[in-house]
Amino acid sequence: MNRITHLFQHKQSRILNIYFTAGHPHRDDTVEIIRALDQAGVDLIEVGIPYSDPLADGPTIQQSSQVALQNGMTLSLLFEQIAEARRFSDTPLILMGYFNQMMQYGEESFIKTCKEVGVDGLILPDLPLYEYERSYKPLFEQYDLGISFLLTPQTDEQRIRKIDELSRGFIYMVSDASITGAKQGISDKQLAYFERIAAMQLRNPRLIGFGISNSETFQTACQYANGAIIGSAFIQALGQRENTVAGATLNFVRQIRA
Amino acid sequence: MNNTTATPLSATIAVDELGYYGEFGGAYIPEMLYPNVETLRRQYLGLIKESGFQDEFRRLLRDYVGRPSPLYFAPRLSAHIGAQVYLKREDLNHTGAHKINNTIGQILLARRLAKTRIIAETGAGQHGVATATVCALMGLQCIVYMGAVDMERQAPNVARMKMLGAEVRPALSGSQTLKDATNEAIRDWINNPEDTHYIIGSVVGPHPYPDMVARFQSVISEEMKSQLQEQTDRHYPDAIVACVGGGSNAAGAYYHYLNDRRVRLIAVEAAGHGVDSGESAATSILGSRGIIHGSRTLLMQTPDGQIVEPYSISAGLDYPGIGPLHAHLISSGRAEAVSITDEEALKAGFFLAQTEGIIPALETAHALAALDRLSFSADDVVVVCLSGRGDKDLDTYIGGMKDC
Ligand SMILES: Cc1ncc(COP(=O)(O)O)c(C=O)c1O
Repeated sequence: MNRITHLFQHKQSRILNIYFTAGHPHRDDTVEIIRALDQAGVDLIEVGIPYSDPLADGPTIQQSSQVALQNGMTLSLLFEQIAEARRFSDTPLILMGYFNQMMQYGEESFIKTCKEVGVDGLILPDLPLYEYERSYKPLFEQYDLGISFLLTPQTDEQRIRKIDELSRGFIYMVSDASITGAKQGISDKQLAYFERIAAMQLRNPRLIGFGISNSETFQTACQYANGAIIGSAFIQALGQRENTVAGATLNFVRQIRA
Repeated sequence: MNNTTATPLSATIAVDELGYYGEFGGAYIPEMLYPNVETLRRQYLGLIKESGFQDEFRRLLRDYVGRPSPLYFAPRLSAHIGAQVYLKREDLNHTGAHKINNTIGQILLARRLAKTRIIAETGAGQHGVATATVCALMGLQCIVYMGAVDMERQAPNVARMKMLGAEVRPALSGSQTLKDATNEAIRDWINNPEDTHYIIGSVVGPHPYPDMVARFQSVISEEMKSQLQEQTDRHYPDAIVACVGGGSNAAGAYYHYLNDRRVRLIAVEAAGHGVDSGESAATSILGSRGIIHGSRTLLMQTPDGQIVEPYSISAGLDYPGIGPLHAHLISSGRAEAVSITDEEALKAGFFLAQTEGIIPALETAHALAALDRLSFSADDVVVVCLSGRGDKDLDTYIGGMKDC
C-alpha cells in the first residue's frame, strides 16, 4: 500500500510534514537529513527538488535551491539518494518540484522512477488540474503514486471540490496568499479560512503549509486540519546549526511538537 | 501588384480557449495565481471588445502615444540592402518604443478590474517606463522589478521610471536580468492577490497574457496594412523583420499577416557572443520544449530542466524563452528565425544612424542586422519593425564604437 494512504489510515491528527531542499546545505546531506527526520519521528518527509526558478517559493527556499544546484545536485542523484534512504527509512516521502522538471525527465519515466526508488507522492504546484486529469491521472493511478494539489484562501468552492476529487493522499492547504517562507502568527482571517475549509467535509486529509514555523503555529494548524507542513523554518535551522544534522533536526522537531 | 486575395490556408493561426497555439501556451501557474489569471482569462476578450474600451484605447493611442506611427521608406538603407525597406517607426511613440501600446491597453483593463496597484517587470527599462507612464496618467501606484544588472546598463530608464513616480525594485536572484525580474513580479502578485494587476511586457506568461498583449500590439500591423496600401499600392509586404525578446513587437507586426502566407515572417534573436559561445540568448536554436513563466514554449535549459542564464548585450533580448506564439510559428515553419551577435547589432545600429539619421534601440539593431543575412529581390517590400529608439543605449553604443 502507498505509505501516505497507510499513514492517514492510522493517524488523522497532528501530522507533521517537514520539508527540506535536497542537496542543501551540502550535496550529500540529503540521506542524512532523511535519517535524522526519520529518527525524530516526523510523519511525512517532503523533499524539494532544487529548481533554478522556483516561482512559488520565498527567499529561504530560493537560496537553498541555488546552493544545492551549485553543489551539483541533479535529479538522477536525488533518485539515488532516496533509494539509499529507503534502505533504512519507511517514512512516507513526497517530492516537491516544478512541472518542467518532470517534463524534461520524461513524465512517465519520472513517475516510474519515483515509484521504484520509494517516493510516495508528488507536489507540482504549477501542474494545471486540467492537464493532470487529461494526461497524467491514469499514470499516477497505475503506479499508485500520490499527488497533492494546492488550495488557497482565494480558491472558489467548485474548484476546491475538483482539487479534492483529483488529489491522492492529501490536500495541501496554502495558509495565506503568499509564497513560501516562515512567518510569525496566524491571523483571524486565516482562521476563518481554515474553518470554512474544515466545514466542507472533503474526502482527502488536509495539511496546512506556508508560514508554519513554530510550535504555536503548528498547534493552531492542527486544530483545523490533519496537520501541517514546515519548510523554510527547518531549512533556516539547518543552516544555522552548531550541532550535527541529527542533533539540529531532533531539537527542531522537539520544539515544534512541544 | 494589386493581388489582395489571401492564399487559402490549411490551418489558421490563433489561440484556443485554453491558451494554446498548437502545442505551446497554456497556463502553468501555482494555485495562488489561479484566481487572478482565471478572472483575466474569462474577462479580457469581453472587456477589450466593449466599444467604450475601444474608444478610450484608440483615443489614447492617437492623442497620447502619437499614433499612427509613420511607415517610413528608407532610401539609403534600401539601396544598401537591395530591397524596398520600410521602417515601422515605433521609436516615435511616446516613451520611445512599442511597449506603450500594451501598457495603455492593460492599464484600461486594470481599471475595469478595479485594481489599484500595478506591478511590472522590465529588461531594457522600456516596458518599465511605459508602465510607469500609464500609472502616472491614471494615478495608480506602480512597482517595477528590474534585474540589478539591467539597472546598471539601462540607467537612464531607471531614472525616468523614478521621475514618473514608480518604485524600482532590483531583482537580485539568478542572472539579475529579465528572467529574474519576471520571477520577482510573479512572486509579488502571489503575495498581493486582491488589489494588484500585473502588466506583463511581452507576449509571454500564462494565458491569456500572450494573446492579450499580441492584441494590444496588433495595432502595428493594422496600421501597416493601410500605410502599405497607400505607399505601395498593396496592403501586404513580402517580408516583416522584427527582433524577438519575448516577442511582443514581432507579434504586433505579424498579427494581421499571420494567416497570409505571401508574407515572410522573420524573427530575429540575440546570439550574444555567438550561438555556440555559451553566452547567447538565441532561444529557437538553443532552446527546447518546456515551461517558463507559466507557459509551455521553447526555452534554454539543462537536460534536468534548470533554466539557463542567457546573455545578450541588449537587455530587452536577454531572455531564455520566447512567447508561445513564436515557438509555434518557428517550429511549424511559418516564421524563420535568424540570430545576430552583439557585434553585428552594434554595427547595424551605427549603420542606420549614419545612413538614415535614426538611432535605433539595441534590440531593434538586431532586426536591422538581419537584413544583411537575408536574400531579397530588388522589388521586395520589406518592413522592419523599428521597435524603439536608442537613447537608452548610448553608453553601450559609445563603448562599442571603437570596433565599429
Ligand atoms: C525597443 C525594444 N525592442 C524590443 C524589445 C523586446 O521585446 P519584445 O520581443 O517583446 O518586443 C524591447 C524590450 O525591452 C525593447 O525595449
